Amino acid sequence: MSDLRAAVAAGALGSEQSYRELLQSIVEVARSIFEARASSVFLFDEESDELVFEAVAGEGAGDLVGQRFPSSTGIAGWVLVTRQPLVVEELDKDPRFAREAAESTGFVPKGLMAVPLLHEDNALGVLEVLDRPQKAAFSLAEMELLGKFANEAAIALDLLQKARAARTVLEDEGAEADALARFAARLDEAEPEKREAALQLLDALGKLLRER
Amino acid sequence: MAQDPADLPAWSLPAGAGERISIGVEWPERVTPDWAFGGATGKGVRVCILDSGIEPGHPLVGEIEGAVAFARGEGEDEDVEVVQDTEGDLCGHGTACAGIVRQLAPESSLFSARVLGAGFKGSGPILLAGLRWAVDQGFDVINMSLSTTKRQFAELLHELADKAYFNRTVLVASAHNMPVESYPWRFSSVISVGSHEEPDPMTFFYNPSPPVEFFARGVGVEIAWLGGGTILSTGNSFATPHMSAICALVLSKHPELTPFQLKNVLYLTANNVGGNS
Repeated sequence: MSDLRAAVAAGALGSEQSYRELLQSIVEVARSIFEARASSVFLFDEESDELVFEAVAGEGAGDLVGQRFPSSTGIAGWVLVTRQPLVVEELDKDPRFAREAAESTGFVPKGLMAVPLLHEDNALGVLEVLDRPQKAAFSLAEMELLGKFANEAAIALDLLQKARAARTVLEDEGAEADALARFAARLDEAEPEKREAALQLLDALGKLLRER
Repeated sequence: MAQDPADLPAWSLPAGAGERISIGVEWPERVTPDWAFGGATGKGVRVCILDSGIEPGHPLVGEIEGAVAFARGEGEDEDVEVVQDTEGDLCGHGTACAGIVRQLAPESSLFSARVLGAGFKGSGPILLAGLRWAVDQGFDVINMSLSTTKRQFAELLHELADKAYFNRTVLVASAHNMPVESYPWRFSSVISVGSHEEPDPMTFFYNPSPPVEFFARGVGVEIAWLGGGTILSTGNSFATPHMSAICALVLSKHPELTPFQLKNVLYLTANNVGGNS
């Protein structure tokens, strides 16, 4: 049981970064396939009832991650609350939207396509693809294609949230759990010989702790 | 001609009572789009837009009959309350749906029941309360361009959908364009709607491979947009009010139709059925 716990701890510390990279790769590929100006994943933060930029490719990448807005406003908010994929075109013709978009993301998209990220019975967030300068309006087939990306993104987002939850548990349990987790992570990385020695040492330590 | 339902046998049919429930069928030999909704305006039909509210005075929507909003009380276990809605539409989705119904069924009466817009958290109980209210009000058509993926609400939604069906309220709900388990569109008592890519707003298709039962115009639709303007949009959210409007047109011409009969009329007048194209 203690081995299992250590393994979970090691996994939690290492996996968050991997899932973030997976999400980033999903938005990069979505942006390439749709020849879009940008693509982003928003995570629904249940605690604060907000949507958070979790991964961004293209325009706005680097600045937007971590930015938040209320869960039921904006087009991503429509998609989250209705669970319905949506395309909106000619957004730049609306001065109010243009101003708000420019203020929050730094650029005004002409059009965007957004799908909800659904996993099991939860709505975890929204995936968006913005602007395709060379092409006509988004078609139904493209919405279906983005829906498939959304399935991948939803799984990645689910894993990311689980890794974060595991990390929170470790942090809440204080320095002892953290020390154990770090030890488990080192053990994971160690060469076989060192690993064997470390395990023997750990066994000896265990015996010592059992003795009165 | 209608008998008082209290006098009719509800649970079983005694010998010789068949006469008492005989129904004079006045359908033509062939049900055509012209018979079903030709010249109809939606007059006398009450459509409830269960959504994010409706912007007052939007040129594409015009006058509405009324507006209510649903919100949770302050505490964790507070019930959902219904209040007069003075805020209109917080995000624009409901206004867009209302505008589509108004364009196709100009004389129908529109009512706004706001269940979206006050945050995503707790939106399930608010949606349920809103739908229960709308079904109890006896609207002819309820437009639901939304769904929930929460299984815990599925059973209650199913009960409400069936209640609506037997109370002669047609529930028109957006389907998913992905194989997602969400509700209430999957229930057979509901008219579920996906999108087609044809430009004609009155073109609709019956889908012989359910659970999505009908396809209505949902691509490149000019929708009402907050601030009095319009914008181009695509999605089942906007196919659904096309179907709601067509239901309103049929019901304004044939108010005696039950949801079961209405679905039959929609089937018989769909563009891909029996050479209607």
